[in-house]
Amino acid sequence: MSTRRFLKSKIEQLKQNRFLFEELVKRDFTKKYKRTVLGMLWSVLGPLMTLSVMALVFTQFFGRSIDHYIIYLFCGNLLYGYFKESTNSGMSSLYNNAGIFSKVNVPKYMFLLSANVSSLINFGINLVILFVFCAIDGVAFTWKFVLLLYPIFCLVLFNIGMGLILSALFMMFRDMKYLYDIFTLLLMYLSAIFYSIDAYDIHKQYLFYLNPIYVYIRYFRKIILDGVIPKPTFHLLAAGYALLVLVIGGIIYKKKNYKFLYYI
Amino acid sequence: MSAIVEAKNISVEYITGDLRNIGLKEFVMRKFTRNYHVESFMAVNDVSFSIFQGDMLGIIGTNGAGKSTLLKVVTQIMRPSKGYVRVNGKVAALLELSSGFDGELNLKENAYLRGAMLGYTREFMDRKYPEILEFSGLKDFEQRPFKQLSSGMKSRIAFSIASMVEPEILILDEVLSVGDGAFREKSEAKMREIIRNGKATILVSHSIPQIRRMCNKVLWLNHGKQVAFGDATGICDEYEKYLKTGFLPGAE
Repeated sequence: MSTRRFLKSKIEQLKQNRFLFEELVKRDFTKKYKRTVLGMLWSVLGPLMTLSVMALVFTQFFGRSIDHYIIYLFCGNLLYGYFKESTNSGMSSLYNNAGIFSKVNVPKYMFLLSANVSSLINFGINLVILFVFCAIDGVAFTWKFVLLLYPIFCLVLFNIGMGLILSALFMMFRDMKYLYDIFTLLLMYLSAIFYSIDAYDIHKQYLFYLNPIYVYIRYFRKIILDGVIPKPTFHLLAAGYALLVLVIGGIIYKKKNYKFLYYI
Repeated sequence: MSAIVEAKNISVEYITGDLRNIGLKEFVMRKFTRNYHVESFMAVNDVSFSIFQGDMLGIIGTNGAGKSTLLKVVTQIMRPSKGYVRVNGKVAALLELSSGFDGELNLKENAYLRGAMLGYTREFMDRKYPEILEFSGLKDFEQRPFKQLSSGMKSRIAFSIASMVEPEILILDEVLSVGDGAFREKSEAKMREIIRNGKATILVSHSIPQIRRMCNKVLWLNHGKQVAFGDATGICDEYEKYLKTGFLPGAE
């Protein structure tokens, strides 16, 4: 079956399952925030605290050579944080709902998608805070900010793809969580969140483009801090990573869909 | 008249062994030391049956006979390794009563979630919910988190949802053995109503009197193999004889 037809039938199925999707999102929200306003607040406070600690520590080292260092940090933390939260919740989404899909015939990717929604909303809230910081820090708002939707869209797809891969892996290997924690930690250091890659020579700088998260972070910084639209090839790279991961995830899911049952 | 559910030569190969609850580290180690064992067995082996409008099929057999696995094939949770199932109509399955309910959510939220999982729309649930609540008789507990309800209450609401949402095919796995006497009577009456409305039901039960009372057809499984399929009374007699003597019919 061609990818296009595969996607089309998936979208069709998605429409039919809208009610289920809404109810699952509601459930995930209720569980996550326990019906409290403070619950919501925590998800904002966490990133802000990380940001302030990083700012406190690293401004000494990197703040002098990077303009608007707080915003620079914020961009990195925001995108990396969203990636981490989304993929982590995506990873356990299938396993946590094993009791359901082993008893009721539901499309399993719905659990992953609903888990992604709450992290996306978190991301949205933190994005607004980033803009507030931008205003305070005197960053010029331009029409180009609209283009931020592009890397966000790519990252959403990327996270869903990663979620598909990770949730399948987690069903098979329960220690995936620890391995993935190590992986994300290493990735954080490789994502140039608090430093600039300018310190490396030009060839080594290109190596950073092998890291999709860095690509998305850089897109954000280009628009917000430099006011420059990245090159078309950069756009292709951003979308390419998302599609690649999504396709790999889709294939694994398709192949393992009826096998997950045996791993419970 | 075409069959509501038609199962033809179904076999399910069930995989088990070291693949469960294993870490990547452990997996690599065992692979390396050639200590990784995955076994498979036929949980369901060449089973065929068909039910028509108004039929009520009872599935009987001792533990591990493959009853639940067969139901999972009918509900399309599992794919058979061989054979096929054709289902004409909307299926509502109650395979395990408390499954799919969330302890944190209240009764109404859980009812909607279950309705959504069974493939209904919000409008439909809006219309049906008062009826579901009424039937379950749990109006006073509507706002309670689900984890505070007793297991009997949970199964009552589960049954209420599954039967109220007008399934064309209702699948029940050991469901009616829970709930108090009054509710059991009510649910049996409800199931007769569903059957009268021209829909089919599949029931798994260890209670032979119940099967005799409700079912017109019976499928008897033993270690995944089909022992008999057909008229309820005759097979129930044979099954009771088997439970006493331990001999399968035709095995003497």
